[in-house]
Amino acid sequence: MDSSTRRVYAENFKELKSALSPEDALVEANRCLWCYDAPCAKACPTHIDIPRFIKQIASGNLAGSAKTILEANALGHSCARACPVEVLCEGACVYHEWQERPIEIARLQRRATDALHQNGSRPFEPGPDNGRKAAVVGAGPAGLSCAAYLRRLGFAVTLFDREKTPGGLNTHGIAEYKMTQRVSLDEVKRLLGLGIESRLGKEIGRDIPAEKLLADFDAVFLGCGLGATRKLGIPGEGLRGVWDALSFIRFVKERNLKPLGKSRVTVVLGGGNTAVDTVTQSKRTGAERVILAYRRGREDMGAYDFEVELAKSDGAEFLWNAAPTKILGKTKVEGIEFCRTQIRQGRVVAIPGSKFKLACDRVVKAVGQEKNRSLAESLGLKTDSDGRLKADPETLGTSNPKVFAGGDAVNGGAEVVNAAADGKRAAWAIWRYLNPGLPPPPGNDYWVSTIEGRLVAPIPERGGRGHHG
Amino acid sequence: MADLSTDCAGIKSPNPFWLASAPPTNSGEQIMRAFDYGWGGAVWKTLGFDPPVINATSRYGAITIGGLKMAGFNNIELITDRPLEDNLREVAQVKKRYPKNAVIVSLMVPCEKKAWHEIVERSVDAGADGLELNFGCPHGMSERGMGAAVGQVPDYVKMVTEYVKEKSTVPVLVKLTPNITDVRYSARAARAGGADGVSLINTINSIMGVDLETMRPKFSVGGLAAHGGYCGPAVKPIALHMLSSIATDPETRGLPMSGIGGISNWADAAEFMLLGASSVQLCTAVMHYGYRIIEELTSGLSDWMDGKGFKKVSDFVGMTAPSIVGWKKLNLHHKTVSRIHPEKCIGCQLCYIACNDTAHQCIAVDRKNGSRVPYVIEEDCVGCNLCSLVCPVEGCITMEEVKTGKQPLTWEQYTAAGMAGYGEVYKRMHS
Ligand SMILES: Cc1cc2nc3c(=O)[nH]c(=O)nc-3n(C[C@H](O)[C@H](O)[C@H](O)COP(=O)(O)OP(=O)(O)OC[C@H]3O[C@@H](n4cnc5c(N)ncnc54)[C@H](O)[C@@H]3O)c2cc1C
Ligand SMILES: Cc1cc2nc3c(=O)[nH]c(=O)nc-3n(C[C@H](O)[C@H](O)[C@H](O)COP(=O)(O)O)c2cc1C
Ligand code: SF4
Repeated sequence: MDSSTRRVYAENFKELKSALSPEDALVEANRCLWCYDAPCAKACPTHIDIPRFIKQIASGNLAGSAKTILEANALGHSCARACPVEVLCEGACVYHEWQERPIEIARLQRRATDALHQNGSRPFEPGPDNGRKAAVVGAGPAGLSCAAYLRRLGFAVTLFDREKTPGGLNTHGIAEYKMTQRVSLDEVKRLLGLGIESRLGKEIGRDIPAEKLLADFDAVFLGCGLGATRKLGIPGEGLRGVWDALSFIRFVKERNLKPLGKSRVTVVLGGGNTAVDTVTQSKRTGAERVILAYRRGREDMGAYDFEVELAKSDGAEFLWNAAPTKILGKTKVEGIEFCRTQIRQGRVVAIPGSKFKLACDRVVKAVGQEKNRSLAESLGLKTDSDGRLKADPETLGTSNPKVFAGGDAVNGGAEVVNAAADGKRAAWAIWRYLNPGLPPPPGNDYWVSTIEGRLVAPIPERGGRGHHG
Repeated sequence: MADLSTDCAGIKSPNPFWLASAPPTNSGEQIMRAFDYGWGGAVWKTLGFDPPVINATSRYGAITIGGLKMAGFNNIELITDRPLEDNLREVAQVKKRYPKNAVIVSLMVPCEKKAWHEIVERSVDAGADGLELNFGCPHGMSERGMGAAVGQVPDYVKMVTEYVKEKSTVPVLVKLTPNITDVRYSARAARAGGADGVSLINTINSIMGVDLETMRPKFSVGGLAAHGGYCGPAVKPIALHMLSSIATDPETRGLPMSGIGGISNWADAAEFMLLGASSVQLCTAVMHYGYRIIEELTSGLSDWMDGKGFKKVSDFVGMTAPSIVGWKKLNLHHKTVSRIHPEKCIGCQLCYIACNDTAHQCIAVDRKNGSRVPYVIEEDCVGCNLCSLVCPVEGCITMEEVKTGKQPLTWEQYTAAGMAGYGEVYKRMHS
C-alpha cells in the first residue's frame, strides 16, 4: 500500500463506532434496566439474551457475556459492528419511550466479543461425532453459522466456497468503516476452529457437480447468497470506468485503490443500502463529486436513513427520479444520459422528452444483485417467481428433503444477522431431519432455545394467584 | 435565608455540618482549610497517649454498587498516629484562628481514671469546645481494651463517662458503636454517666470481599485481612434506625445527638436531623470528594429550610421521631394499592416480573393486544410497594390509599380485644 492510500484509510476509513473503554462499558452496562421479556432480544433475529449479556459485563464476567452472545449468534462478533441496530435491538430499547438515548447494545456486544477474540479463548467445543456428514455451500454468514452449529451437534462438516477468502459479503461487502475485513476473517478463523473442513476456491456446479453433494453427504445446506450485480441493459455498459458496486466495494475493502483509478465525478446508480455505501466509499476514496441517481423518489429509497445521512454529511449529491438511458463515451466513460421519471401506481414511468446529460468519469451500478439460480436448477429445487430458493419458514427445508437453505439466497438480500439466524435454524432442523425425536446432544440446549426466542417458565395469563380457575 | 447555626449538647457551631473524627481531621492544617470552605465543626481524629500507634498498609477498602464507587467503605485504621503534643498544640492554633467553629476532640485511652483525667484536662486546656469519647472503633483498639471493647459493655460506658465528666468543663459526647444488639443500652449508660449527648454511629464490623483471582481477601495487608469498620452510603438506614431508637426511648428521649453514618448530601443530613440529630458528621463523602462538598451541603439545607418555612435548625430537629413507632402500633386496616400510570410506562416489565415471581401475582400484561404496559389486578394487591420500587420511571407507579371504611385497628388493640377470629394455636401459645 502506498503512503497516500495508507493516509486515505487512516483518515477516511476509521471506524464510525469505536470500541468502548472498559470504564465506559461498565457505565453503559449499568444503565440497562434488565427488562423482562426484553424488546431488544425480541428484535434481534438471533434472539441474543441481551439484558443477560449486558449484566454479565456489569458484573465483570466478560467471558460469560461473550458466550451468551455467541450461543445465540455464531457471528456475534461481526454483528456487533455490521448490524443496523437502529432498526433492530437498539431501535426497540425502552429508553426510546422515555425520550432517552437507548442502551448502546452493539458496542457492549463488541466489548465482550473483542475480549474473547483478544485472549483467543474458544467458547465452545464440537459435539461428539454423530456419524453423519453435512455439506455447507457458501462460507458467508449463513453457511458459517450453519456449519458452526452443525459441528456443535457433532456432524462432520465440509464447507465449500468458490472464493479463496471466506466470509462472503461479510468479508467483501460490509463498508470498511463499519467493520474491517480483519474482523470478519478473525471470526471465520474462530468458527473454523470448531473442526469445520473448509474447501475454498471450489465452486459447486463448476468444480464439483452439485449432485455429488447429494450422493456424498447426509444433508446439504445452501448459503450461497445472491449473484452478480444486475445489468442495466443500456448502451455503454461495457465502457472503461463502468463498475458494478460489489467489485468496486471489494477493491475498497481490499485496500487496493489502483485499479479503480481517480475520479472527478462519480455517478452511482441505485437506491438501496449498497448504492449509498458506494456513494460514501467513493467520496472517502477521493472522488471530488459523487452523485447518487435513483429512478424513484427519496421516499422509495430502500436505504436506511442513517446511511443516507452519513452520505449526505460526506457531501454526496442526490438526483431523484432519474433513470439512466445511455452511458456516454468512446472507450471510457465521459458522461451519462438520463430521463426524468414519475411514479404512477407504484411503477416507474419515463417522462417523454425529458432526457438530459451529465458529465462524469465513473459510473457505479448498484441496482441490486441477481439471484443465484444455477444451484437451484442443477438440484431441481423450487424457487419463487423472483428466483429465490423456496424454504419452509420453520425448518428452512427446500423442496428436496435433504437440502436446506438460508440467508440472502432465500430472503433475497437482508442482513448478516438474518443469515446467521437462518444458519442456526437450519442446523437444528438438519438434526431433527436425521434424528427424528432425538434431543440434541448435551451442551446444545441453550442455543436451540434461542431459535424462537427464550421465555423460560412464562407467567400465566392475568397473573398467577387466584386466576388459574 | 435560614439560620443554620446549631447547638448540639451545648456545643455551638455556625452550621450543623461537622467533619467526623477520621483522616479528614488528622491535623490542624487540614481542619483550618475545611473551616475556610465553610464546615461548621470538626471532631479531631481520635487522640491517645504516646507513643503513637503504628498503622498497617493498606488500610481502606470499598465496594462499588451498580457503578457507584465507594457505596460502602471500610478501614482498619487506628487512632491518630501523631504525637499527642503536636495535636494539642494544633487544637489551640485552630481555636485561636477560628473561634466560632466547633472543635471537638475525640479521645481514647485505657480504662483508667487517671488516664482519662489527664487527657481530658489537657484537651480542655488546649481549647476544645467539646469532647467525644470514642467507644466505637471496632478494630485494633478494641483488642487493646479500648474503643468498641468499652462501648459494648454498658457498665464501662457509664464508668468512663463518669471519669470524664468529673474533670471536663466542656460538653461531652459519647460516640456509640453499632456493633451491639440494642444501642439503647449504651445510650442509657452514657446518659447515666452524665454525658451531654451521644454521637452515632461509628463503623460496622466488616470484611470487604475476596479476590476471585487469588482467592485471598480483598484489600489485604500482604495477603491477610482483619475485619474493619464499614461506613458510607450503604450504612445510612442502619444509622437512622439506631438514632431513632434513642430518640424514641423513654429513658433517653431528648438526649442531644450528633448523627453519623452514610451522609452524602444535605438531604441525608436533613433526614438525620428530622429524626433528632442537632448536628451531623461526615467522613466517607468527604474522603470521596474533598471539603468542597460543604458548599452544596449548606446551600441545599438552607434552601430546603426556606422552602419549608423553617427559620432555624431547632424548628425541625426531632420533628419526625414521634412517627417512628413499634410495629404493634401500625394500623392494620390501612390499605394502599399500586397504580400504574400507562402514559408514563416505558414497558420494561420489571414490575410485572417482580410481582409475579416474588410478590402477589397481581400485575398482568395483556399480550393479546400487543401492549407491553402492565396493569394491576387491584383486588389482589397487598400494597407491598415492590412494583413501585423496581420501576425505573419516576411517578409511573404510585401507591394510593384506598378507603376501606374500617375503623383503625392496631395489633396492640387487636390482642387487647381478645384477637377475635385469630387462630386458636396462636392464642394457646400466648396464654
Ligand atoms: C455492499 C453491501 C453492504 C452490506 N452491508 C451490510 C451491513 O452493513 N450490515 C449487514 O448486516 N449486512 C450488510 N449487507 C448484507 C449482508 O452482507 C448479507 O445479507 C449477508 O452477507 C448474507 O449472507 P449469506 O451467507 O446469505 O450470503 P453471502 O455473504 O453472499 O455469502 C455467500 C457465499 O457463497 C459463496 N457461493 C455462492 N455460490 C457458490 C457456489 N456455487 N459454490 C461455492 N460457493 C458459492 C459465495 O462466494 C459467498 O462467499 C451488505 C450487503 C452488501 C452487498
Ligand atoms: C478511615 C477512617 C478512619 C476512622 N477513624 C476514626 C477514628 O479515629 N475515631 C472515630 O471515632 N471514628 C473513626 N472513623 C469513623 C467515622 O468517624 C464515622 O463514624 C464513620 O466513617 C461513619 O460516617 P460516614 O458514613 O460518613 O463515613 C473512621 C472512619 C474511617 C473511614
Ligand atoms: S404493591 Fe406489591 S402486591 Fe401490589 S402490585 Fe405492587 S408488587 Fe404486587
